[in-house]
Amino acid sequence: MRRAALAVAAFGASFVVLAFLLLPVVAVFVRVSPGTLVAQLGDGAVKDALVVSLETTAAAQALVLLLGTPTAYVLARRFRGRKALVTLVELPLVLPPAVAGLGLLAAFGRTGLLHTSFPFTKTAVVLAVAFVSGPLYVRAAIAAFEAVDANVVAASRTLGAGAGKTFFRVVLPLARGGLTAGAALAVARGLGEFGATIMFAGSLRGVTQTLSLAVYSQFDVNFDVALAVSALLVLTSAALLVTLKWLPSLSTSRFRFATSS
Amino acid sequence: MAALALDLSVPLRDFELTVSLAVERTTALVGPSGAGKSSLLRAIAGLAKAHGRIELDGEDWLGKRPEERRVGLVFQEYALFPHMTVRANVGYGGRARVDELLERFRIADLADAKPPQLSGGERQRVALARALARDPAVLLLDEPLAALDAHTKAEVRVELYDLLHELALPTLLVTHDYEDAAALADEVGVLVAGRLRQLATPSELVARPADAFVASLTGANLLHGRVVRSDELTEVELDTGERVFSTDSAHGRVGVVVYPWEIAVARERTHDSPLNVLGGEVGSVFTLGNRARVRVGPVTAEVTASSLARLGLAGGGAAYASFKATGTRLVPL
Repeated sequence: MRRAALAVAAFGASFVVLAFLLLPVVAVFVRVSPGTLVAQLGDGAVKDALVVSLETTAAAQALVLLLGTPTAYVLARRFRGRKALVTLVELPLVLPPAVAGLGLLAAFGRTGLLHTSFPFTKTAVVLAVAFVSGPLYVRAAIAAFEAVDANVVAASRTLGAGAGKTFFRVVLPLARGGLTAGAALAVARGLGEFGATIMFAGSLRGVTQTLSLAVYSQFDVNFDVALAVSALLVLTSAALLVTLKWLPSLSTSRFRFATSS
Repeated sequence: MAALALDLSVPLRDFELTVSLAVERTTALVGPSGAGKSSLLRAIAGLAKAHGRIELDGEDWLGKRPEERRVGLVFQEYALFPHMTVRANVGYGGRARVDELLERFRIADLADAKPPQLSGGERQRVALARALARDPAVLLLDEPLAALDAHTKAEVRVELYDLLHELALPTLLVTHDYEDAAALADEVGVLVAGRLRQLATPSELVARPADAFVASLTGANLLHGRVVRSDELTEVELDTGERVFSTDSAHGRVGVVVYPWEIAVARERTHDSPLNVLGGEVGSVFTLGNRARVRVGPVTAEVTASSLARLGLAGGGAAYASFKATGTRLVPL
């Protein structure tokens, strides 16, 4: 009797949770017809935001891959103080986005620590996106490098390959699945970046207004346009998630999230 | 003939491994797990820190990086590159002899397969071929037979023996199995807790084990006791109360070492005076081809399969194990 009641309660709870999580996503698509959604994407503000998003995502993720990969490789080794360093890298993940934006301003603002002219430029968007999404990639990359069998790496060395050849011919191919998954996560997180970007880069149409910022600025002006951009973002994020979960090469390479230890 | 000279100390977690050794032909180091065997191979290959001296024909290796030392290291689990084909694995360290090696190790038909698709024996042949393609001056084998099932192991052991003799490279192999070490190597060293206890040919190790550990490692029975009298023969009172005689001389607490093949088994007690006789229940019986190992009281004896049947030992019961005083060795405990 009690077991049956518990089962019903558990099913009920999971139904409520699933409904709660799905309802807003579904609502984005059902409020207006799909035809209207597609038509709204032709709006000038949307096109501008799309270009800004593509440019800044490409630049930010290139930066993340280029600098994050060697960083993760170093952090995947065992050394004193490693745990503290990994924790530092993970800090932006738990930082409130508004705080991240304010911090970036305080560091790179005209009157900030480094006195740069980055604020309210595309560079600022790139930095904000890299700041919040980079740690996700680095975490995944550390896990991917750790999963590479140390004996296989050692074997490469004893077979006459130096550290460089070993990295490119053995370590990188074996970590590829985990690295790709981490990059997909970072892209998804970067596309949705809002708080840090609006603080540090503002929301200037055609310059710093990304798709996520366009949703916010359009929802006063034209709610349907905001919905259309939202729908586009939902589809992109869902596609990234599906890629991450079902791409066979990712699952066979033993991808797992970093345990940070 | 090239020779590898070692005078090394390798810091490990619980102790320091210290080994002085000259490897000319095949030397096996045998010891329990955790004795530092793999660490020694890693140190020679340049994969672990070490102090002292590693020289190949007088050429210093200690200051060299792993890729500059000409070693062929075969890892216990083989450490093949899982994302490369067999051909790419073999050709990784040197392309010149790939086809020849694929043929030599009977893996030519597997050239396009990847390691996860291979059996244990095939993986080992790929690992050996890969190590040799690099044209090593020294061969290092880490537990070369441990990852194989019993059936494959016997076959591979013979092949490996032939290969090592054909190559005539200085070879250092480590194993926890004394029989493998004795079967493959010209010289066997017993490594315990980072120290080399004894280094000798397999037959010398059996004839004159340096201590109780070496004796039991080589498969001997070890009976604990105390020397009570020594004149022409040494008389030892065992902890179990029985007395045995040995032609070795010793004092105080000793281990009486007697090999299974020195022991005869009978159902009746013999009263032949030069014989040591120990009575007991027949325990486990383990048949290996035409021989069998039988537990009688405190010792394991080796008998022929036919006497096993004649005496009906598989049925258990009381029996007597006898061995000559000359068939015993006394080691300090």
